[in-house]
Amino acid sequence: MSFLSCLISGISLGSVYAIIALGYTMVYGIAKMLNFAHGDIIMVGAFTAFTIVSSLGMPSMMGVLAAIILCTALGVTVERIAYKPLRGASSLAVLITAIGVSYFLQNVVLLIFGPNPKKFQSVVTLPGLKLAGGELSISAVTIVTVITCLLVMAVLTTFINRTKMGQAMLAVSEDRGAATLMGINVNGTIALTFAIGSALAAVAGVLYCSAYDTLTPYIGSMPGIKAFVAAVFGGIGSIPGAFIGGIVMGIIEQMTKKYISSQLADAIVFAVLIIVLLVRPTGLLGRKIHEKV
Amino acid sequence: MNKKTKKGLLDNFMTYGIVILAWVIVQVLIGTGNITNQMKGLLVPLCVYVILAVSLNLVVGISGELSLGHAGFMCVGAFAGAFFTKVSADTIPSLQVRFVIAILIGAVVAGVFGILIGIPVLRLRGDYLAIVTLAFGEIIKNILNIVYIGVDETGIKFALEKKSNLGLSESGQCIIEGAKGIAKTPKASTFTAGIILVLLTLFIVQNLIRSRSGRAIMAIRDNRIAAESIGLNITKYKLMAFSISAALAGVAGVLYAHNLASLAAEKFDYNMSILILVYVVLGGIGNISGSIIAAVVLTMLPELLRGLNDYRMLIYAIVLIVMMILNASPGAIAARERLMERFRKKKEAV
Repeated sequence: MSFLSCLISGISLGSVYAIIALGYTMVYGIAKMLNFAHGDIIMVGAFTAFTIVSSLGMPSMMGVLAAIILCTALGVTVERIAYKPLRGASSLAVLITAIGVSYFLQNVVLLIFGPNPKKFQSVVTLPGLKLAGGELSISAVTIVTVITCLLVMAVLTTFINRTKMGQAMLAVSEDRGAATLMGINVNGTIALTFAIGSALAAVAGVLYCSAYDTLTPYIGSMPGIKAFVAAVFGGIGSIPGAFIGGIVMGIIEQMTKKYISSQLADAIVFAVLIIVLLVRPTGLLGRKIHEKV
Repeated sequence: MNKKTKKGLLDNFMTYGIVILAWVIVQVLIGTGNITNQMKGLLVPLCVYVILAVSLNLVVGISGELSLGHAGFMCVGAFAGAFFTKVSADTIPSLQVRFVIAILIGAVVAGVFGILIGIPVLRLRGDYLAIVTLAFGEIIKNILNIVYIGVDETGIKFALEKKSNLGLSESGQCIIEGAKGIAKTPKASTFTAGIILVLLTLFIVQNLIRSRSGRAIMAIRDNRIAAESIGLNITKYKLMAFSISAALAGVAGVLYAHNLASLAAEKFDYNMSILILVYVVLGGIGNISGSIIAAVVLTMLPELLRGLNDYRMLIYAIVLIVMMILNASPGAIAARERLMERFRKKKEAV
């Protein structure tokens, strides 16, 4: 039973990673940049929900909604101000700018809310599920997280494959120049990608903080990095890859914590990533890069 | 000797000259008492970050691979060096001698790690390589966080997770204490030692760049396939740049460790690696003197902004974003060129 409950908490954590990794992978696929500030958007989302629910006493759905709206706006604004001028510059320059944005968001939140950790009230207030005569209990947050992740995955896949805007995204990620020639609004598509990615980050932030209840301006960085690892694990730029990568990472992390060592969990997660990349240099579902002379 | 190499040599000597000049100025300031304690405390870290930035530039700029795990090598070097200084306290009485040996040990250990990690990592490309270096850096940090190493009369003992796992005798002492790291490392780092190490780093890196191997490394960076087709051994040269860079990071680590009262692995996370990368990118990728200037300016900036208290990191972040946009965006570069053009025309008119 303890194995099963460990597996379930792994899937739950993995679902959060998967939602974050989806945002990472979409932005990478289309803007070809590592958005290091993605983790901090998560944190902003969590703080927004915290303010609405705990400080203003509004219902939790309002908090989630406000977080999504604010993060979407924030993602688009950041893209417009900090990343758009650098389109066409070296990818390293954009990476450093993203790091600057990350510091910026952390410090703004630090100034507003102060350095003391806040206690985040779970947005899910439903009772948990008890199975097998009470031996196996699954909290409501876990169930909501997993369902949300599956829902996000399904909606995103449909959006990309079935709608015109989704097809435009695929075209831009395939070849930006050709997409421009075909009359696709590249800047608009990139902005839309940032909007979707940031909205997902807000959802992930609320879910992550509902499961782990402390809230500081720095909580975003570690899940951000791990989700990035998950995206690379599954093959960066690939949406099913991000999903699989996230779930696998979550399960490995929880299993290691339970059976090997809680302090070594991160090290083992990273070690698995290294082994996978050595066997498949572009991740599980990544496309092979062909070299032309 | 043609004109170009002469100019290169001159540039190299200029860099050495500026570093020595900085040392002289600081010595004069200290002598006349015109320096605040705050600034004094920054002198050794400045040298540490300059060495780190120059050595990372060797990988990012000269070899063209994005590495996000530089702090890992620094961490290994720091622990190896500090461990030696503490262990040999009884056998070698002179702190200076121990410090010099510690630096060599730090360099060798970090260099060996560079080779071991470089062999698998350098098979990958681009962003995949970057994330794996980040992963290695985090693994090093995590493992050092739970390692316990102690010494008693039977020799060096090694354990994981708990101090009691060591099984030390009464007279034994635990040197590396897991998350607490190494405490009470003797303070051997001085500004002069730091400057000597900076000069040594510059000497190694600049001579490597100008050597046959350096040209091979840059040829691989510029066009891997062309370089391979003329018979260059890609793995060998990439590994060379990577391990030399790691060894120099190890040296910086030893210098860093001997400047602090206690050394914990927590400090060497990916944020540290990113901090060093910021110096390299802002100073100009592949530009050695640029790395030095960026490291000095960005290390001093938060201290100079200390008067602004809470706002200083915010301002640091804004400065970083604005500098990046002004420096690298195609729009800003075009505007700069237009400005230069106008300036030139005016000159001609006169």
